[in-house]
Amino acid sequence: MKFGILINEGPFTHQASDSAYHFTKAALEKGHEVPRVFFYYDGVYNANKLSDPQADDRNVVKMWGELAAEKDVDLVVCVAAGMRRGIKEENLADGFRISGLGQLVEAGMGCDRLVMFGD
Amino acid sequence: MAEFEFETEGVKKTFTFMNRKAPYGTIYALEVLETVLITAAFEQHANIVFVDDGVYQLKSGQDTAAINMKNFSPTYGIIEMEKEDADEDEDIDMNWRIIVEKESLEARGLTTDDFKVDVEVLSAAELADVIDASDCVIGG
Repeated sequence: MKFGILINEGPFTHQASDSAYHFTKAALEKGHEVPRVFFYYDGVYNANKLSDPQADDRNVVKMWGELAAEKDVDLVVCVAAGMRRGIKEENLADGFRISGLGQLVEAGMGCDRLVMFGD
Repeated sequence: MAEFEFETEGVKKTFTFMNRKAPYGTIYALEVLETVLITAAFEQHANIVFVDDGVYQLKSGQDTAAINMKNFSPTYGIIEMEKEDADEDEDIDMNWRIIVEKESLEARGLTTDDFKVDVEVLSAAELADVIDASDCVIGG
């Protein structure tokens, strides 16, 4: 099955991004496809390369970047939501790209399921 | 990372937008509207649903001056216009519904007369069927 993922919350304050990561990883391991993950609302903070958690904690931003590189997942950050919150090309983490909301609608149109993680 | 190309030619799906939050206090109401409008650009079916405190989003006469927030409530008028255009123009294959949950309305002492756009009022049970019949559910 082809899954599109929508992440609506930032890292650390909420577990949404962690849950989405584990879901995505598990789906890929089971042989499903996850062509695109879309980051919206505070979810855009998951792409902040300046995020620097303590060494004994997980690094959510890096986890996504590594998964994207390994499994060829398209990580898309909403441009409008990102601009409001200061997520721009200058501080965009590896593995992410910035684009418009049309990329979310396309994921909904092109996937069998769109799974949302948030409050 | 390379952009993934989806096959969307001729695809017609039903998106349901669940507006659950009060218009101000959090940004969810404002940002979900941006997604609703993009759905029109792709000529997709959409249910724009208001439940819980989300029903306050449609209230007439919003005045945000005292809280220094942008009053984005005129956007609901644009959504209503998109819906009416789609209903009237047979070349546009786009079925949009603006739905308010009956229980949420009653719990807050509101009626449809309080709203700035025309809505369908459905019970929670009827709304469950609408959600069940949609392809994508997006929360806000």
